[in-house]
Amino acid sequence: MPKDLTLKKILVIGSGPIVIGQAAEFDYAGTQACQALKEEGVEVILINSNPATIMTDTNMADRVYIEPLTPEFVTQIIRRERPDGLLPTLGGQTGLNLAVELARQGVLEREGVKLLGTDLRAITCAEDRDEFRTLMYEINEPVPSSVIVNTVGEAVSFATSNGYPVIVRPAYTLGGTGGGIANDETELREIVDNGLRYSPITQCLIEQSIAGMKEIEYEVMRDANDNCIVVCNMENFDPVGVHTGDSIVFAPSQTLSDREYHMLRSSALKIIRALDIKGGCNVQYALDPHSFQYYVIEVNPRVSRSSALASKATGYPIARIAAKIALGYTLDELKNPVTGQTYACFEPALDYVVSKIPRWPFDKFISANRRLGTQMKATGEVMAIGRTLEESLLKAVRSLEIGLDHIELAEAKQLTQEELEKRLAEADDERLYLLGEWFRRGLPLETAYEITKIDRFFLYKIGRIINLEEKIAKEETLSHELMLEAKQMGFTDSTIARLRQETERHVRDIRKELQIKPVYKIVDTCAAEFEAATPYYYSTYEQEDEGKKSDKKTVLVLGSGPIRIGQGVEFDYATVHAIWAIREAGMEAVIINNNPETVSTDFNTSDRLYFEPLYREDVLHIIEKENPVGIIVQFGGQTALNLARDLREEGIPILGTSLEEIDRAEDRKKFEKLLSETGIAQPPGAAVTSIEAAVETATKLGYPVLVRPSYVLGGRAMEIVYGEAELRQYMVQAVKVNPEHPVLIDRYLLGKELEVDAICDGETVLIPGIMEHIERAGVHSGDSIAVYPPQFITESQKQQLVEITTNIAKSLQTRGLINIQFVLYKDEMYVLEVNPRASRTVPFLSKVTGIPMAQVATRIMLGQTLEDQGYEGGLWPEASEVAVKVPVFSFAKLRRVDVTLGPEMKSTGEVMGRDRDYARAVYKGLIAAGIHMPRFGTIVATIGDKEKDEAIPLMHRFHQLGFQIVSTAGTADALEEAGLPVRRVCKLTEGSPNIIDLIRKGEADLVVNTWTRGKAPARDGFRIRREAVEHGIACLTSMDTVEALLTTLESIHMSAEPMNPPVVTKKQEAVVIG
Amino acid sequence: MKQARLLLEDGTLLVGKSFGSEGTSVGEVVFNTSMTGYQEILTDPSYYGQMVTLTYPLIGNYGFTRDDDESIRPYAFGLIVREHAEYMSNWRQEDSIDEWLKMHKIVGISGIDTRMLTRKIRLHGTMRGILTTGTASVEELQEVLRNTPLITDQVKNVSTRSVHISPNIGKRVVLMDFGSKHNIQRELSERNCEVISVPYSTTAEEILRYRPDGVMLTNGPGDPKDVPEAIETVRALLGKVPVFGICLGHQLLSLACGADTEKLKFGHRGGNHPVKELASGRTVMTAQNHGYTVTAESIDHTRLRISHVALNDGTIEGVEHLDFPAFSVQYHPESAPGPLDSGYLFDHFMEMMEHGKDAYEKKGEKVRA
Repeated sequence: MPKDLTLKKILVIGSGPIVIGQAAEFDYAGTQACQALKEEGVEVILINSNPATIMTDTNMADRVYIEPLTPEFVTQIIRRERPDGLLPTLGGQTGLNLAVELARQGVLEREGVKLLGTDLRAITCAEDRDEFRTLMYEINEPVPSSVIVNTVGEAVSFATSNGYPVIVRPAYTLGGTGGGIANDETELREIVDNGLRYSPITQCLIEQSIAGMKEIEYEVMRDANDNCIVVCNMENFDPVGVHTGDSIVFAPSQTLSDREYHMLRSSALKIIRALDIKGGCNVQYALDPHSFQYYVIEVNPRVSRSSALASKATGYPIARIAAKIALGYTLDELKNPVTGQTYACFEPALDYVVSKIPRWPFDKFISANRRLGTQMKATGEVMAIGRTLEESLLKAVRSLEIGLDHIELAEAKQLTQEELEKRLAEADDERLYLLGEWFRRGLPLETAYEITKIDRFFLYKIGRIINLEEKIAKEETLSHELMLEAKQMGFTDSTIARLRQETERHVRDIRKELQIKPVYKIVDTCAAEFEAATPYYYSTYEQEDEGKKSDKKTVLVLGSGPIRIGQGVEFDYATVHAIWAIREAGMEAVIINNNPETVSTDFNTSDRLYFEPLYREDVLHIIEKENPVGIIVQFGGQTALNLARDLREEGIPILGTSLEEIDRAEDRKKFEKLLSETGIAQPPGAAVTSIEAAVETATKLGYPVLVRPSYVLGGRAMEIVYGEAELRQYMVQAVKVNPEHPVLIDRYLLGKELEVDAICDGETVLIPGIMEHIERAGVHSGDSIAVYPPQFITESQKQQLVEITTNIAKSLQTRGLINIQFVLYKDEMYVLEVNPRASRTVPFLSKVTGIPMAQVATRIMLGQTLEDQGYEGGLWPEASEVAVKVPVFSFAKLRRVDVTLGPEMKSTGEVMGRDRDYARAVYKGLIAAGIHMPRFGTIVATIGDKEKDEAIPLMHRFHQLGFQIVSTAGTADALEEAGLPVRRVCKLTEGSPNIIDLIRKGEADLVVNTWTRGKAPARDGFRIRREAVEHGIACLTSMDTVEALLTTLESIHMSAEPMNPPVVTKKQEAVVIG
Repeated sequence: MKQARLLLEDGTLLVGKSFGSEGTSVGEVVFNTSMTGYQEILTDPSYYGQMVTLTYPLIGNYGFTRDDDESIRPYAFGLIVREHAEYMSNWRQEDSIDEWLKMHKIVGISGIDTRMLTRKIRLHGTMRGILTTGTASVEELQEVLRNTPLITDQVKNVSTRSVHISPNIGKRVVLMDFGSKHNIQRELSERNCEVISVPYSTTAEEILRYRPDGVMLTNGPGDPKDVPEAIETVRALLGKVPVFGICLGHQLLSLACGADTEKLKFGHRGGNHPVKELASGRTVMTAQNHGYTVTAESIDHTRLRISHVALNDGTIEGVEHLDFPAFSVQYHPESAPGPLDSGYLFDHFMEMMEHGKDAYEKKGEKVRA
């Protein structure tokens, strides 16, 4: 069927901010879709609230709206743009939910918009547990016995008659939010109570546990002519019970015979047909390891995280093809873009093994519950490709950047066997490494299987790696055979060196003498059956190298690896822009990255893509292969910078700001010297290398002090410390202080935080914009609301910022981007931090100022000046509109994590709100961030002593807006004294009804709770905040955020007075009408 | 571990590790891109005379089980893999790949850059090769390779030597065994057919004496022109009894109707080959294993109509007779290994046997719709 010519204009919905369960994969999908639609001559309108994405670049669609993803805003855009079709299937669950809501409200019908991709019935059928189950019964596909409940009682009675454990799955939630496995009634009550609240339709599925079975996934596609294909199947390392987003996954399946493979394949095709999906779909199965019995676990009637993985694992661009199908094309009409000759209607054949390992945020959230279950906790993932499973797995391990280059965890050596067994049974993020330890102790495979139910095949592979370790350690010399075996199994030189107690350099030399080096093979969708031109490579140790080189100059760009807290999709955005700039300059851009969710790892993005670990040895091999004129490390976050230090030793040319200068900014002593030479103030402080020195320094500076380890990104392990005991505790627990890794101690200045991004060519400094943070210093810059242009500082303060920035950028001889953070304290400007690289705010600022910052910076690195590019120095003229960047958190997914904002970054994503004034911009930003803004109702306020003075006027304003204030004794006393009516409730220790009861009953509309650290109520505060988060109630912990919210609420209040419009508006109207 | 070597016609020497049986084997080196189904591939008699390269690098992961045999013994002349599984894991496993190959005296070589080998075959076309675990010099191996004559009696070697009857209550089908996969018979038996397997050389007269409701022409190895007697038999059967051909059976039916066949550069072997059914416009995934094809231009002068084509290279994948109840496909609707998308063709055959050709056409549309 040719394309539907009535579709001239299509609205694409993006997935919004990055949260756990919905990450960069939708930027990749959306970008592909927009490109696919545009090349068909369709006018593309895009809406997404996330500014950190490539898809929201204005060249990706004909018109881009960075607006809140709510039915109201989408409706407004539909009315304005009048699109012929709406494509929601590339925007994750957010996109689907919006489409359902728009259809339910009658908007689509009224405005004549056709829903593309998947029809409404399929969406609700896949999402609504009851309908789904009914359909599965109808088409004779087995599902585990289950019951749909709307109350806790129903759940309990099902479990009582069917037995525990049971799995709880709330309807219509992301990444299994609110779900879990219940082993007894207490657990069941808690989980169901939670799950019902998370489900927008208050519905949960209680399911017979099939934990322990093999978990298998199929990625299926279908077109309107009923052609169906399976793009890829995948087998989880972790059996059913661990969310697939939290599982280690292999593609293709490893332990399925042809019968099992095709039994499930046929089932998947039957399901996509029954759901009448036109596009991509993902079906998850549980397969009994002892029979042909299987169960359908879940269906996602859309492009998903798994489809991004399947696309990168096979080379088959699912989102792109899904977009074409939405236009009416059939699979047999579309060419397979990889071969250019064969058709998209086929099933990719892999001739390698793909591994995916999730990246979890537990390094940042030390207190979080690390146990893995049905609720996803990972923020990102890495993928690796190898010709053996061991190679693929070990490459994935070193791609994670968790300080490991092998399945070896030093801490695991301390565990007793009992502890080891317990942790293996519970399944946490370190299970893979614990299994390594298991086999290193010579413990039996069978016991590991009994405990974990991980297929013996995978366990054997781990055991095999450990066996080879022993062999390497024992052998007299490293023979060619042994070295080759080790490399084919994915061992790094450094692992081999460690095992042999030699230096890495030595092992490398031996290896080179033996002439063992990697070859590069192509991912081509067809196992070499057809010729492919895709420049998509992976390394392995075999005979033939398929790598091609042209005569053009090559620039290598290091990507930023997996998405984690502090290093999100923003860095991929900058990386992709750098690639574009290099290609435009007529050079070849080569990218190394290992994150399957990203645009940078789309083989269309660069001239050559190496899907490889961002690990010293792997990167060096690619450099040897490519012999680039230089490497760009500024855009890959701390990942790339850390690598740069290793590469410098090898004499590899780094483009842009030199490493020496980068060091000058990051090394405490050098940095202090730099600032004092240029006469710039910074908070007093020092770097210390021992606990005693820390105490001494802090006493000298006076508490509170800000402490953090040097060389970190995202404020890892950064804290504000109020006294000596706390400091000592920090020095012991949070950081491992030693002369190599000093700890920085600064006086904590409680002032206004400001942030500047600048571009410098060594001579001229262009400042695209200044951002003002709503939350004062002490809250990590990535977690505070940033406003552009600044609203509350003076012109001369702006000038001062420009001067200091220019000064620093020049003295660091910056070539490229630089980011500086300031604090304005008692009218004096202090420099907090200088980052001579792309920052998190690059996409936001690029979008609001219109300056493609990463591209301008890249051209500088390639030799152009700012002047060559038509830019002058100084501050770029400020936009008339106000834009705010609002952080988005995934606290609901992470039990036991405190939601209080502090110097440690906690947000996973961001949204942008933009409008003609500050209040409107904040309003949009908060709405887009998913904060439910009550216009009236009840505020639960528990304010610490330090903030009480500040809080009183704010509470007055709430009162004036008609809010009822509820407080416990201390706060209530203070507020009543100030003349405010307050409803008193009990503290947690005072019996009930207490604050938590109130929240649980849904009587609170907003929670304001300040940090009362180091005091008895701290734990109560924590419980209150968690309770609010788990009940989806906005919880504010900073007075500054409260103030911003109030300003917004007041402005809404104003505009709700239609009989008395402001005079200004009238005049403006008159002008317009006239 | 003992060394094994593979020498190709073009002089390429690949050195790997021996597994399975030891010895020397000469054959045509072909590749198959299926990611599962190694046992079904090795036991498919169509591979007689061939050494199979599997492009998926890990082979043997789920072991071997008698249930998955596609014939009474494997016929492939050798197996070439990147890695053979030392450890297997599946609830049905009986033998490991090493044990199984040893048991069936098949030479295996692992540790080979199978992707490189596949690319070579793709560029050069199918080549002959010699696989050995012995110590002969390269020159000696070349000599053996040169002096080993091309085999043309594959079908004779894999076809049943005597008649087998598998009784049932439904239609009676005579299955002309050119090297049949078990699953063809299983598909027929599932539809209650009584299946009478006869040797490839059985004459039309003998076949008609069974008073069959239909004749099944099975898959099999080699060049269809090497079995002219079978072509004669099929020609004589046409119009007298409904005929359904698969793979070699398809080529024989086409030749019997006056069409021609030729050798493909490197054949179609795998489980992901898209085939378009011209009547419905739908494309299905098929399992394929053939080195020869019916030529498109030769169809013009026959009473055949092209019913299916390969989406990628446009080669003929299925024909039907304009006058008689007879049709055939180049691919494997019986799967094993491969997608189960085309099982409906057996239903067509059943319809045809029930109602003759007209009814088949009418009903066929319905089934497809």
